[in-house]
Amino acid sequence: MKTLEQLEEIRNKYKQFTDMRTGESANAGECRRQIMVCCGTGCTSSKSPKIIEAFEQELLKNNLDKEVKVIKTGCFGLCALGPVVIVYPEGIFYSLVTPEDVPEIVEEHIIKGNIVKRLVYSETLNDDGSVKAFGEVGFYKKQMRVALRHCGFINPENIDEYIAVGGYKALEKVLKSMTREDVIKEVKDSGLRGRGGGGFPTGMKWQFTYDSEGGEKYVACNADEGDPGAFMDRSVLEGDPNTVIEAMAIAGYAVGAQRGFVYIRAEYPIAVKRLENAIEQAREYGILGENIFGTGFNFDMEIRLGAGAFVCGEETALIHSIEGMRGEPRPRPPFPAAKGIFGKPTVLNNVETYANIPVIILNGAQWFKNLGTEKSAGTKVFALGGKINNTGLVEVPMGTPLREVIYDIGGGIPNGKKFKAAQTGGPSGGCIPAELIDTPVDFDSLVSIGSMMGSGGLIVMDEDNCMVDIAKFFLEFTVDESCGKCPPCRIGTKRMLEILKRITEGKGQDGDIEKLETLAKTIKDSALCGLGQTAPNPILSTLKYFRDEYEAHVYEKRCPAGSCKALLSIKIDPDVCKGCTVCAKTCPVSAITGERKQAHFINTAKCIKCGACVEKCPFNAISFK
Amino acid sequence: MMEKVKIIIDGKILEVPSDYTVLKAARMAHIDIPTLCYMEGINEIGACRMCLVEVKGARALQASCVYPVREGMEVYTNTQKVRTARKANLELILSNHDRKCTTCVRSENCELQRLAKELNVGDIPFEGENINYPIDNLSASIVRDNNKCIVCRRCVSVCEKVQTTGVIGAKNRGFKTEIGVPYDKSLKDTSCIMCGQCIQACPVGALREKEHIERVWNALENKDMHVVVQTAPAVRAALGEEFGLPVGTCVTGKMAAALKRLGFAKVFDTNTGADITIMEEGTELLDRINNGGVLPMITSCSPGWIKFCEHYYPEFIPNLSSCKSPHTMLGAVLKSYYADIMGIAPEKIFVVSVMPCTAKKYEIDRPEMEVDSLRDVDAVITTRELARMIKEARIDFVNIDDEPFDNPLGEASGAAVIFGATGGVMEAALRTVAKKLTGSPLDEIEFKQTRGQEGIKEFEINLPNITLKGAVAHGTGNARKLLDNVKSGKAQYHFIEVMACPGGCVTGGGQPIPSFKTKNELDIFSLRANALYEEDRSLPVRYSDDNEFVKKLYEEYLGEPNSHKAHEILHTNYTKREKYSDDFLDMTSVGETV
Amino acid sequence: MAIDNEMLMNIINKNKDNNGALMQILHDVQDSFGYIPYEAQKVIAEELNVPLSEVYGVITFYSRFTLNPVGKYKVGVCLGTACYVKGSDKVLERIENILKIKAGETSADGLYSIDATRCVGACGLAPVMTINEDVYGKLVPEDVDKILAKYK
Repeated sequence: MKTLEQLEEIRNKYKQFTDMRTGESANAGECRRQIMVCCGTGCTSSKSPKIIEAFEQELLKNNLDKEVKVIKTGCFGLCALGPVVIVYPEGIFYSLVTPEDVPEIVEEHIIKGNIVKRLVYSETLNDDGSVKAFGEVGFYKKQMRVALRHCGFINPENIDEYIAVGGYKALEKVLKSMTREDVIKEVKDSGLRGRGGGGFPTGMKWQFTYDSEGGEKYVACNADEGDPGAFMDRSVLEGDPNTVIEAMAIAGYAVGAQRGFVYIRAEYPIAVKRLENAIEQAREYGILGENIFGTGFNFDMEIRLGAGAFVCGEETALIHSIEGMRGEPRPRPPFPAAKGIFGKPTVLNNVETYANIPVIILNGAQWFKNLGTEKSAGTKVFALGGKINNTGLVEVPMGTPLREVIYDIGGGIPNGKKFKAAQTGGPSGGCIPAELIDTPVDFDSLVSIGSMMGSGGLIVMDEDNCMVDIAKFFLEFTVDESCGKCPPCRIGTKRMLEILKRITEGKGQDGDIEKLETLAKTIKDSALCGLGQTAPNPILSTLKYFRDEYEAHVYEKRCPAGSCKALLSIKIDPDVCKGCTVCAKTCPVSAITGERKQAHFINTAKCIKCGACVEKCPFNAISFK
Repeated sequence: MMEKVKIIIDGKILEVPSDYTVLKAARMAHIDIPTLCYMEGINEIGACRMCLVEVKGARALQASCVYPVREGMEVYTNTQKVRTARKANLELILSNHDRKCTTCVRSENCELQRLAKELNVGDIPFEGENINYPIDNLSASIVRDNNKCIVCRRCVSVCEKVQTTGVIGAKNRGFKTEIGVPYDKSLKDTSCIMCGQCIQACPVGALREKEHIERVWNALENKDMHVVVQTAPAVRAALGEEFGLPVGTCVTGKMAAALKRLGFAKVFDTNTGADITIMEEGTELLDRINNGGVLPMITSCSPGWIKFCEHYYPEFIPNLSSCKSPHTMLGAVLKSYYADIMGIAPEKIFVVSVMPCTAKKYEIDRPEMEVDSLRDVDAVITTRELARMIKEARIDFVNIDDEPFDNPLGEASGAAVIFGATGGVMEAALRTVAKKLTGSPLDEIEFKQTRGQEGIKEFEINLPNITLKGAVAHGTGNARKLLDNVKSGKAQYHFIEVMACPGGCVTGGGQPIPSFKTKNELDIFSLRANALYEEDRSLPVRYSDDNEFVKKLYEEYLGEPNSHKAHEILHTNYTKREKYSDDFLDMTSVGETV
Repeated sequence: MAIDNEMLMNIINKNKDNNGALMQILHDVQDSFGYIPYEAQKVIAEELNVPLSEVYGVITFYSRFTLNPVGKYKVGVCLGTACYVKGSDKVLERIENILKIKAGETSADGLYSIDATRCVGACGLAPVMTINEDVYGKLVPEDVDKILAKYK
């Protein structure tokens, strides 16, 4: 148990460490350097825990373990360059570090003070050989980190660091000086809308739950981040779990709940562990439990694990899953605010939404409202992926044009390819074509062009991606993840997928495109839940912007992007072929003939398009066309 | 008094209670909204999307069956958008449905077929993959064909919520969602009580009874066999529906006539068996009360209930009356006493029972149901199957003249005929027991406390030297509540009647399946039950112990009720059964060749 | 098969009194036994007083729960969007060819099983495969041979 005074002491004690990272202080007592090692899922996969170990050994060996601290952090965002290591107070950003590089960093940088240039993130290297602050490079410069404010900056496994950067001050403010109504008003005034996909005003949800009659109420956090390619919620939980705890406690106070549930994907073991750890520490400090800060307010929370069902991101399905049932949605009303977990009024928000709450409380609704656009206040985190140079996590003010996100922050398309489309909103969203690349990214603009914000996955596609194939990919996902309760989703999405499959296999029939449109409309109008209703979006939006590609597949049996295998044939470029005969020997069906040292030919009638020859050709003379 | 709200449906201003759904409100105003998965109070899940309506202000269409009304709400049930969506969804369901309608047992009584016609569905534009499911026909009573299943979950809800057996459930997800037994095993190897309420709930032909029709036709064709038939009380109250007669028409005479036309050597009434049951069970009850036997005694007429007790409440097995059910009692009598007096070799007698029940098919296969290694009953056909046989034989059921049951059994008592409705066994027993204890006929012969649709009916009756406490439960969900109360000591009784099916046999699993519209508009239970109460009132004999044949049976053959002889042929025993056996996984899976 | 009843009862008793315990029990059983055997389902159903069909229905709804044992090495190939657009389907195909089993299957010797997984969240490393806890990223199909050779 800690009193507010004790928390203030902790804050002051640890502040010198965090100040060192902002450059406000050169040392923290005897500690004169901090080595931050990213331990998000991406960097952990690339062995960052080994890097920490290596640093600790190397420092011990050199008797530097008191002077130099190695600190585990959450995600820095630039996953493509992981593992990432940042050395403070200089703020040197090392990328693609391996455990083997560690002795060199310690020897050269820590001991001798020479930056190891071969490991420095190239964008931070100036032409003259000097190194600039990583905040100045394109990837970070245009970002604005609100929800991610602590990710990569503090140690997520140490509650003291969170307290040092002002953690739990918002909860203190709420409990000590605000009424429940004040809190709800503040959230309403901020204009915060749900970051999970729907964009429903958060303050309204809180108000409805507050208004609901009935003794027990619950606060729930949706951390069942299921959009393929989206991982912002995971990063928040991995990098700053205390923020979510603090926000949920604030929500609990506002709506009159004493118990919280975090429903989190079991596929996120690191996030689960860090959140468990944070809950444990918060309990020890008396931040969770009874009579918090001596105000008489009680609140505690627990974790419930998902088990691999995308549909559980839908709120009523999530509630059923927490209740130990099949994660099937039910019609609303009643909404969770009236009838939620175990039948009790429940306020349910997603991780990123909660991550904004403490800042809104501390900085005020107006501050938040001034960020972003009029109807979409604040910032939004995106997971950049696909054909883009800087894959990773970025946070920008709402309304930032897509072009800035893709080119200025994302570093553009690799290998000199052309940008074709960006997909937002995952299986519920749609594609934004090149001609709309200046669209501002906010809730309403995206909906107006047939996509949606979704939870924030942003997948970039280049000219090699076939849009029919992409639609098929998302439908495969939806069919797989449909709960099976209502016919439009259970059968309708399956029928759409069957049509898409035959189109990409060159068996498309006259009328197929129209059938897709009819089905899409039916499903949109009549599916039981939001997931079913949005399942046709990938088809509708690709049909809207890339109808010619569908038509090429159906009527000309041609895949313009050169991606659908069934519509391609393998050709040997006679000018490049040296007649080495490797391909003929490789071909499993003897479809390739030719004389030694002469150009070879493929009998297309025999060819099964397995691609073995393409792989084996030493001269790259064979390709799909 | 529930507060009322004003809503507008299709321009009509309605004032309805505030806890109504849009569907309920619309029905009140005679605005027809199609439904498929909806069963009031049982399956309200808004899944099938047939009842979609436009609600002003809502983004998508809404399922009216679960959408609550609210003040000032505007609803449209007949717009282009609504019609298109309903129809397309129906087409999707049909694209994933085995549409061999002409040969389907539910043809012309299928809710899906009816909707397809009513919504004017033509060719199905979205043909595609159908998963080929093996058919579960291993159970003695119920056949499940998932190729026809539309995953409406009505059967699941009935099994789980009403009967609290829960042997079937939804499995897998998405397109692969199917209803059935875990691990693709058969209903046979589960704690399914064979009540057939799932069949009653099914809107299509995915669930049906295991037919014994061929067995019966073959027996009738065998000239060496003396083929006799008996009909349960509830059959007469519902058979007419299969021929378009109004619900609640009692067709005892027509039924007997039609059975004779089908070629049965003798047509008997299971009511005679019911009268024997009262003699045996009444005596057993008094014996238990007087000699410190296990109480409460619980009736054993309903084989679904017996199986339920064996699986779920084996600790109550000593409470079960040792009496066989009426039709197996009668079967045993036919193959012994009747064979004797008629001079027919018992093995040449083939007994067919026409039952409102699917569990009776399972019951006759129980090893105990035999005397001298002759099965008590050789085939059980449901009311529905009898109707099919009558139609196949081209008998003009509606216009056929009434005929009586055959001698030597003749007409049974009115007490027996009410066995068909919940509380009837109790009432029949009370008549005989009360008369015996008071020593004279009763002033009031009808025990109204036992009648009606209340799930659990409790009562006390003052008799000389004893205040008899009894209870009646129908539907095994209610039985469960009742038994839990007995177990916890919250309630104490001498005598309990349990029927597995809600409503008792008149609404049994083997009865005609009323169309969805009929179910909505009529109180099927009451109409059928009243038909039986009518017949009771019309009969000259209304006490089981006054049945002339039964008197003779005891005089000439059995001696006293509960005599040694009676025990030999009329009583049985029970077995504790596992809910889930250890070798469940080794059982035959559905679709495996056996 | 025989299961460790004590372990199972510990799992059940630990969670039993919690509302909505079924999910957590299934998670723990899956983690402890590697799958959810029938014998365990039976006990869970009895202890929680729910029908077996419900337990089974929940298991088969969630892709993380399995009814059959999986291989000693669980090979996962991410088919999330980021990985897919970078050719993870080709990686999967190669693995299937080498191990001669399809995604969702376990090899006859019980050594390998392949899973086509949802996004594992390592999109920066796309395309990604995992073997048990190990993650391999930025793959081309040819890398697969060497990686698999390490797991015998």
